Amino acid sequence: MTRVTKICLASVLWFSISIASAAQIAEDPQLEARLKALSAELRCLVCQNTTLADSDAALAEDLRNEIRTLMREGKSDEEITAYLVERYGDFVRYRPPVNANTALLWFGPFIMLLIGGITLVIILRKRANQPNMKASESIEDEQ
Amino acid sequence: MKLKLILPFVLFVIVMGFLAKGLFLDPREVPSPLIGKPAPTFTASVLSDASKNFSTADMKGKVWLLNVWASWCAACREEHPLLLEMRQHDLPLYGLAYKDTDTEANAVLKQMGNPYIETATDASGKIGIDYGVYGVPETYIIDKTGVIRYKQIGPITPAALRDKILPLLKALEK
Amino acid sequence: MIPEIGHFSLILAFLFALIQGTLPLAGLAKNNSMLMNLAVPAARAQSILIAISFLCLDYAFYANDFSVLYVASTSNSNLPIIYRLAAIWGGHEGSMLLWVSILAIWTMAVTFFAKKLPLRFYSTLIAVMGLVSVGLLMFILFTSNPFERLIPAAIDGRDLNPLLQDPGMVFHPPLLYMGYVGFSVAFAFAIAALLDGRLDVTWARWTRPWTTAAWIFLTLGIALGSRWAYYELGWGGWWFWDAVENASFMPWLVGTALIHSLAVTEKRNAFKAWTVLLSICAFSLSLLGTFLVRSGVLTSVHAFASDPSRGMFILLFLAIVIGGALVLFALRAPTVGLGEKFEVVSRESLLLTNNVVLIVAAGSVLLGTLYPLLIDAMGMGKISVGPPYFDAVFVAIMAPGIFLMGVGPVARWKKATLPELATKLRWALAVSLVSALLVPSILGKLTLMIFVGLLMAFWIISSVFVSLRIRLQASQKDTLLDKFREITPAFYGMLVAHLGLGIFIVGVTMVKGYETEQDLRMQIGESVNVRGFDFRFDGVKPIRGPNYVAKQGSFYVTKKGTELAILTPEKRLYPVQGAIMTEASISAGMLRDLYVSLGEELEQGAWSVRIYIKPFVQWIWMGALLMALGGILTLIDRRYRSISKNLNIEGAST
Repeated sequence: MTRVTKICLASVLWFSISIASAAQIAEDPQLEARLKALSAELRCLVCQNTTLADSDAALAEDLRNEIRTLMREGKSDEEITAYLVERYGDFVRYRPPVNANTALLWFGPFIMLLIGGITLVIILRKRANQPNMKASESIEDEQ
Repeated sequence: MKLKLILPFVLFVIVMGFLAKGLFLDPREVPSPLIGKPAPTFTASVLSDASKNFSTADMKGKVWLLNVWASWCAACREEHPLLLEMRQHDLPLYGLAYKDTDTEANAVLKQMGNPYIETATDASGKIGIDYGVYGVPETYIIDKTGVIRYKQIGPITPAALRDKILPLLKALEK
Repeated sequence: MIPEIGHFSLILAFLFALIQGTLPLAGLAKNNSMLMNLAVPAARAQSILIAISFLCLDYAFYANDFSVLYVASTSNSNLPIIYRLAAIWGGHEGSMLLWVSILAIWTMAVTFFAKKLPLRFYSTLIAVMGLVSVGLLMFILFTSNPFERLIPAAIDGRDLNPLLQDPGMVFHPPLLYMGYVGFSVAFAFAIAALLDGRLDVTWARWTRPWTTAAWIFLTLGIALGSRWAYYELGWGGWWFWDAVENASFMPWLVGTALIHSLAVTEKRNAFKAWTVLLSICAFSLSLLGTFLVRSGVLTSVHAFASDPSRGMFILLFLAIVIGGALVLFALRAPTVGLGEKFEVVSRESLLLTNNVVLIVAAGSVLLGTLYPLLIDAMGMGKISVGPPYFDAVFVAIMAPGIFLMGVGPVARWKKATLPELATKLRWALAVSLVSALLVPSILGKLTLMIFVGLLMAFWIISSVFVSLRIRLQASQKDTLLDKFREITPAFYGMLVAHLGLGIFIVGVTMVKGYETEQDLRMQIGESVNVRGFDFRFDGVKPIRGPNYVAKQGSFYVTKKGTELAILTPEKRLYPVQGAIMTEASISAGMLRDLYVSLGEELEQGAWSVRIYIKPFVQWIWMGALLMALGGILTLIDRRYRSISKNLNIEGAST
């Protein structure tokens, strides 16, 4: 097992709260709560199947500290996300941005629903107007 | 045959096309958004002499390679012989010791040879974050105007050197 | 020796599968009943040989035979016996053997029940399943042989991933596979119907129990996986929209649509082509899932070691099986006929609207799962699509479907009217709205998410009671008991399954809306109060397990002085893989879970600790269990109605 795999396995098995962050939590719970919420929507680049909030990788810890610093500087969530995207690309966001590339992703489902619904209504109308093929009533029809 | 009945098959073929293409891609690779953008500036102390500094400003007007490495990185050791060879061919190779101590980094260079013209240190990893480093080794090619033109993720392979890096360096030198 | 027997059995099984898959179809084309009669014996022989092969591999694990490469890479002599046996599906090769073994189980089951169908039909059915088996056996024999030897033999194995050393590992994969491999039966039914040219109410009646059975297993498999992740992974999460989770969820969504669509087909002999298409889709998604997990095309925490050549093989298999099925569909679907008529507003239409919603939901999950690949393949960069996307889109799509879930069971077959439906349901709507506002105000926190979630949940639950009441009212029987007795198990099944979904939504909404998490540092003897519960940290002691050493913490939990539980979370070290694992300690309750995890040891014997209070979290899996129970009730109904009736058009159940 490579070293990276071991770290990532540990990440999945064992979230760790380092001494530093346990102290930080005591210091500023509001900041930590904000950090948790924001980093839960970001992806760890090393252990790519965990969020930045939960990852054990050294880079994840560094990035969380970086985010803390930026938050203390008064940066907003959007600005911090932009900061990370500038360096790592959109890959780091678990919530994909809404732009031309992702239009299909975000709007596709609703378009599908619309098309499905319209198609269904058309087909149902056609069927309702067709001549009756078989008249079979069974007792359960009443229920 | 009614048009709508063939639709599922058509959709399926499209999906299959993407899946087939996907077999040749690496979902884990994170390409750099910095390509074509100015390299983040930094000034850092140098490995050979802690009182001296290295700055990206010094490199203006030159084409150079920045190789991010660490003493604790196994893949960097694999890459090392190729770097030495590159240095022998006078390629402008500079190092960034990422999240490392001076002692450990120097020990590696002593043991395996020093391929770098100079190595800057980034003990905290902050420079690495600015460059979007996520897995050492990573190598950047920066042009005369200070713009990043290429990033090699992972060790430089002979193929990458031959097909991408050398031609690009040649083109940028003009 | 035994591994060689296992390998040889597999080769023989492949040969029988070839016979099973080709000769009966030749018989169908030539009208040769001798060839068609080969289907059942070939299928049974294949199944038995696969069983032998599976047992041989299991024996290798039991006997710690580390001269078998697969055993050496997945097991260890210190591994408790039950995990040694479960480790057979802990890696890629063994899990593929599990795949074909489960297919063999379903095939065997089909051979026993199929004789009631016409020969032409059931021989085709079994042949199609045989062809699927042929492809998988080729895949195993040529690219993923679990019996490969390791010479010289390893002294001991690399051990099973500690995450998998859990009872969940014993049940989750087999249940899951029973589910999505089981959809191969519905698939085979669909192909047989297309080839046969006959598609009627009888076909629907025969397909339904097989589809329902597979669906039940899949429901249980997914629920178990989720619950396992919850207590195993240490941060109380239970669904991550990971690629592999989605790979099992998509067949489930389509399978649910299929069950409902079959009801319409059975009742009105209608939408048959659509039902056939869904049967093909459900199994296609199962195969697609198998591909996604093993090809390296997507990253996932579940993914097996990837290998592009294996990926190519499975892709080719997919292309032939699914592509072939869809081409057959395009060519033969028009012959199946239109069926009876029903109104735009009727129970049938509502069931079909449910279908649209479920299919679009499945499509959205597929879109989100594959989108990063799509973007990358078109050179448009790399993005990630994670829980924020899926949570938002999935809930938005399902919401209208959930609203209709309340209306459907109350609507009459063939023709219903909107005013009538509104009258029947107005109380349900009122109760739902009031409850969705009342509960948050009592608990002191109201958000849009909580309100919408509770509204959906209460809507489903109250409409279940409304439809029960309407059914009782319609009954001509005298006593209440007789009225209840008159209701078919299938109807109860529907009520219970729908109730299960409502309970599930309550669980999800309450946990997401009201859970509490506290990360703190605790000294020994220190006590902390979280939402009314007192947690006293009583220290940590070293313990030893069969293949690990651990530090076990002790937490004394009380509420207002009454003892509730002693929680003992652990920090384990598994020496073989050098992995450190957190074992959370949970006090599960109907109304809340108390969940404690150890973080790290700090200075002076203090520890960092994470405490969760998770309200109603068990309702998530209780709801799933109820859904499965509902499915079982509809299956029982099948058995009570005598087999001979199946050949008549009358006597259809709900």
